[in-house]
Amino acid sequence: MAFLTNFYAFLFYFAAFVLLAGLTRKIIQYAITPAPLKIPTTPAPTTRWGVVLRMVREVVLFESLFRGNKWTWIFGWTFHFGLFLVTLRHLRYFIEPVPYVIQLIQPFGIYGGIAMVIGLAGLWSRRFLVDRIRYISAYSDHLMLALLLGIGCTGLLMKFFFHVDVVEIKTFFQGLYRYEIQPLPADPLLMLHLLLVAVLMIIFPFSKLLHAPGLFFSPTRNQVDNPREQRHIASWAKKLEH
Amino acid sequence: MAKDTFAVPELTPYIEVPKIQPGAMAHSAPFKAKEEFQTPLGYPGERVEDWQKKAIAKMGELLGKYRSLRVYLDACVKCGACTDKCHYFLGTGDPKNMPVGRQDLMRKVYRRYFTLAGKLFPKLVGAVDLTEEVLNDWYSYYHQCSQCRRCSVFCPYGIDTAEISMAAREIMDSIGVGQKYCNEIIGKVYKVGNNLGLPGPALRDTLQGIEEDVYESTGVRVRYPIDEVGAEILLVTPSADFFAEPHIDGLIGYGKVFHEAGVSWTLSSYASEAANFGMFIGSYENMRRIALRIREAAIQLKVKRIIFGECGHAWRVAYSFLNTLAGPWDFLDPRYPVPQHICEFTYDLIQQGKLKFDKSENDDKVITFHDSCNVARASRMGDMPGGQFEIPRAIIRATCNHFYDMDEETIRDRTFCCGGGGGLLTDDLMELRVKGAKPRMDALNNVMQEKGVTHMVAICAICKTQFSKVMPYYGMEMDQVLSLHQLVSNAIVLTRRTDDEEMQDDLDDAD
Repeated sequence: MAFLTNFYAFLFYFAAFVLLAGLTRKIIQYAITPAPLKIPTTPAPTTRWGVVLRMVREVVLFESLFRGNKWTWIFGWTFHFGLFLVTLRHLRYFIEPVPYVIQLIQPFGIYGGIAMVIGLAGLWSRRFLVDRIRYISAYSDHLMLALLLGIGCTGLLMKFFFHVDVVEIKTFFQGLYRYEIQPLPADPLLMLHLLLVAVLMIIFPFSKLLHAPGLFFSPTRNQVDNPREQRHIASWAKKLEH
Repeated sequence: MAKDTFAVPELTPYIEVPKIQPGAMAHSAPFKAKEEFQTPLGYPGERVEDWQKKAIAKMGELLGKYRSLRVYLDACVKCGACTDKCHYFLGTGDPKNMPVGRQDLMRKVYRRYFTLAGKLFPKLVGAVDLTEEVLNDWYSYYHQCSQCRRCSVFCPYGIDTAEISMAAREIMDSIGVGQKYCNEIIGKVYKVGNNLGLPGPALRDTLQGIEEDVYESTGVRVRYPIDEVGAEILLVTPSADFFAEPHIDGLIGYGKVFHEAGVSWTLSSYASEAANFGMFIGSYENMRRIALRIREAAIQLKVKRIIFGECGHAWRVAYSFLNTLAGPWDFLDPRYPVPQHICEFTYDLIQQGKLKFDKSENDDKVITFHDSCNVARASRMGDMPGGQFEIPRAIIRATCNHFYDMDEETIRDRTFCCGGGGGLLTDDLMELRVKGAKPRMDALNNVMQEKGVTHMVAICAICKTQFSKVMPYYGMEMDQVLSLHQLVSNAIVLTRRTDDEEMQDDLDDAD
């Protein structure tokens, strides 16, 4: 048992490091790469605040996707919003004492878990049913859905059918903060659930999950439409002027 | 019309998404540029020895220069929202004409050389080496993108395939694999001053002819000046406006508007081209070099304002990039935006009540309006977002009694490209152009059937040329496409001035 606990402790240290370092590296890379030309997809906001509003609509409501494809939007939004609720619910393992808001949303987190699985199933079925999407799907696209669905299903199974000792789990993760390795319940479902989550954390900065930070750096969405009013010039382009 | 070897698609009452047909357009590729067209742009004359290494190095350079490329190659999740949005896919069914399919041609190479996953597990993430076969696919399919940005409207991350097509063309040019049509034209701009290669004397001749024609038909002496130092406004317009129907009718309209506004204006023989094909080939340097000609002309002619004629991609470069490429414009009159669109200028005059129209002059037509892709999704007119949709329509309503829009899903920011944009307006891509026009032709045909529309108005030289050419394939007439300022020209009531009479007397005396 000690071996498993040690293994998972190491795994989560490693996964957390890869996730943080990898994401930081990508975000810095995106941030320092210049956008030499004004390319917002118009009609676009003409003020900074307008852009903030546009981004909020994209991030919260998936506005462009809504215009693009209703089925993908329904499944995609259901999955993401479900995942958001599930994440909030899981904060109880990582914060002590548990904030009141997090206590309040606990039941919604369960609905979120169900929504997440339904959304994923819908998205995956489109990869088989729609010939165009079947054509563009690589193995990694299927595996990504399998991974997320695995996380969702093992979680729901533990919630509804095979209960685990959540107090011990919390002790384990709280211990990691202080570099103390506390025993993890030797439950196969839990092991699988945590393994998949760690895998997700590790591949995040190397995969299409980069769409999350990517959206915030997308010039067609985050630029203000004011090229005539303000001269916009990248440092490398400035050098051409001498 | 020459016999063609392809089947023209049948028009449908609504957008039908075709079943995918892999390889359906794999044979389509434009003529390659020979050395004489490559070297003036600073590119190798033929494919270089170690082209793979050079291409990957160039890709690395562009990834460091363009955030769009960097983010867009990473961010796609293959959700499929774009797959049924490209007019070339809708017209051909080739899955590599789905925006994501087109992007993936570069993305899979990017993954192989620039990402950990693609270096370690190429099969798993669909990463491939840059082989001869892949390069051929690039050349074929990156010349089946008109950079119209319709895909970017619907992508949840705003991924713009145009950015990727431009980068691909820049990479190919840098290893000596260029496209003849675009590169030859850019060479003509450097040598002569415009895309069509019309020299100064020819322009002066044409303009003089226009002056005579307008005087004959209206009795009013409207001027069409060129290279006049000290004029207030420099008009930069696509060279097609000097050359062919229906473009030239638009130019006639601009002149009449300036005449009524009572402002002095001039064209420039040095900057006699609004279009900037540097954008099509993704070359910042060439785009800048072309744009700087306008700056030089403005300085030489000592103008106070710059106004652009009807041209779509040109207006994108003008509105969105000109300040970046050739600014700052602090030597021009600060009361006006730089540059302005001729539609903004005409619209302002209408708002101020300075133009009088006799709408019945256009009563023989029922009009619809084609939003040109790069005006719609890559620029603006006026102060408000969406002015690029409202201002041209307001001008149509002011000059015509009968106007109907096409289906909402095919206009404004969801408009379809004409099928000839982005450097594809060449006869060696005729099959692509005809098939790519299908979604627009569908929508046009529907308003023709339902509303009795007779003419479609466009504000882009490429749209006008493309429609004139492809409409006959769909059983329509080539003269059903009009310039917006042609309507203005027909309906405007010109003010007679004293010198008009004198000139009439002179003419009478001469008789």
